[in-house]
Amino acid sequence: MRNAFIQKLMELAEHERDLILLTGDLGFKVLDKFRDKYPKRFFNIGVAEANMASIAAGLALEGKRPFMYSIATFATMRCYEQIRNDICFHKANVKIVSVGGGYSYGPNGPSHHALTDIAIMRALPEMTVISPGDPIEAACATQAAYHYPGPVYIRLGRSNEPVIHPKDLKFEVGKGIIVQEGEDIALISTGNMLETVVSVSKSLSSLGLSVRVVSLHTVKPLDEQLLKDCFTNFPAIFTIEEHSIIGGLGSALLEFAVQNDFNHSKLKCIAVPDHTIHETGSHDYLKKICGLSPEQIVERIQKTMKELHLC
Amino acid sequence: MKELYSHHEIQQRAILIRRHVVKMAFEGKTSHVGSSLSCVDLLSALYFRIMTIDPQNWNEANVDRFILSKGHGVMAWFATLAERGFFSTETLKEYAQDGGRLAEHPSHGLLPGIKVSTGSLGHGLSVGLGMALAKKMDQSPSRIFVLLSDGECNEGSVWEAAMYATHHKLDNLIALIDYNKIQAMGRSNEVNALEPLRDKWRAFGWAVEEINGHNLDEILKSLEHLPFQSGKPSIVVAHTVLGKGVSFMEDDLLWHYQVPSEIQVKQALEELKSP
Repeated sequence: MRNAFIQKLMELAEHERDLILLTGDLGFKVLDKFRDKYPKRFFNIGVAEANMASIAAGLALEGKRPFMYSIATFATMRCYEQIRNDICFHKANVKIVSVGGGYSYGPNGPSHHALTDIAIMRALPEMTVISPGDPIEAACATQAAYHYPGPVYIRLGRSNEPVIHPKDLKFEVGKGIIVQEGEDIALISTGNMLETVVSVSKSLSSLGLSVRVVSLHTVKPLDEQLLKDCFTNFPAIFTIEEHSIIGGLGSALLEFAVQNDFNHSKLKCIAVPDHTIHETGSHDYLKKICGLSPEQIVERIQKTMKELHLC
Repeated sequence: MKELYSHHEIQQRAILIRRHVVKMAFEGKTSHVGSSLSCVDLLSALYFRIMTIDPQNWNEANVDRFILSKGHGVMAWFATLAERGFFSTETLKEYAQDGGRLAEHPSHGLLPGIKVSTGSLGHGLSVGLGMALAKKMDQSPSRIFVLLSDGECNEGSVWEAAMYATHHKLDNLIALIDYNKIQAMGRSNEVNALEPLRDKWRAFGWAVEEINGHNLDEILKSLEHLPFQSGKPSIVVAHTVLGKGVSFMEDDLLWHYQVPSEIQVKQALEELKSP
């Protein structure tokens, strides 16, 4: 996803002279081509995320449109107050792009696991939160965020995510994408879980279930129309995300259901438990510990469907 | 755009600003009267002589910018803006009142002249740095002035900004430290090893001048030859006194917090009269 992001940013920068890229000393090789082509609009702030967020705000207050880039944990937590006070208070036109959503940086250990970023970013007034599901969505989100007013947080995976969507994808901030239509259950995915969710839906389809798959890339603001449709027309809805069970997509949908008097008991949230994994392991290994492998998710959904007497 | 105020006029305004501050603290029942009084002379020098400003077009691209990074000194800033014609002195009555536009730390978007909201220390210099970068990119003559407190220099982000401003040779960025020697829990140099402050900034690559922050001649002499050095950010370490101008408030930690009583206000206003 990060290559798709930088590719799109390069294209935008060609015509948009106010576009600036800041990094907290991360993105070796990934950001090099931007730096080489637009050296005057590229700033490596150094290992100083708080400084970076405030500088981005200052640039935006003087009419620039900065993107700031770092690993998801550093880009959100180290500078949270700067994001709130300097970026959000001022509705500054800053786009925060993070890499390594969820366990993408698996073997790097818990310091690099971004499991609460959606929760803390969506809690900020003025902040838009986008969590693209594949490289196509990542490119679209980059372009859309540039034109979208105010602060935007884009949570990318890392690299090597497969392309799920067609190249001519219709993308709009705040509008979920129906990847596959179905009738029995709705699987709502955000971010880099999309590949897993597509695989889960294939398994469930082969078991005779008709599955709607939604990529809900924008966690804030929510696509209320699409969610109303899901709650009205589906007996069971599952949110699936590589993020803590606390405060992420599942929580956002629960809030939506409760506020709008939908039957929230038909909603089940599949997410990372409230824990820290200290042992080392690959992305897939860590997901398995959390019950987020395709097989585990299929099993869990089947069990729930039986409990609900839906199959 | 630039009106010339004489030394005498600037000193007169400083007295008026101090009078507003004392009254605001009393009416608003707020703390930080001492922290406001210590930076009045710096603010009046900036707003009545040094900065290129236009109260009617305060956000125009080429005028100078000011950030009160020590947001708790806001009474002095509001009073200075009012005296300089950004808004009426009548507006100062809204300070710390329900529904008012003047909070106990600056909030932007409600009144002219206030571009950056502050209140949490250690933000202003980095925001100013971003603005200074933008101005350099646009080849604008606009300069960015940031007023910090001494206690604020405990914040690591101040030094992140200090290093990076030098890296980009931002000589359009000017910091001022209101060095009143007192922070929230005690004497600044007893809380943390602030000294040698001038050497620290110099080591970070800034052009430093150390002045008496209540002596208008010294303040103007220093700030009238900005940048101190081409290709370097400038900083004024201004030695000041907490509560300056009101004898019983001077250099006393109590006045970081205490709300003056009616009698104390009377006494303060008695002291704050034109020479």
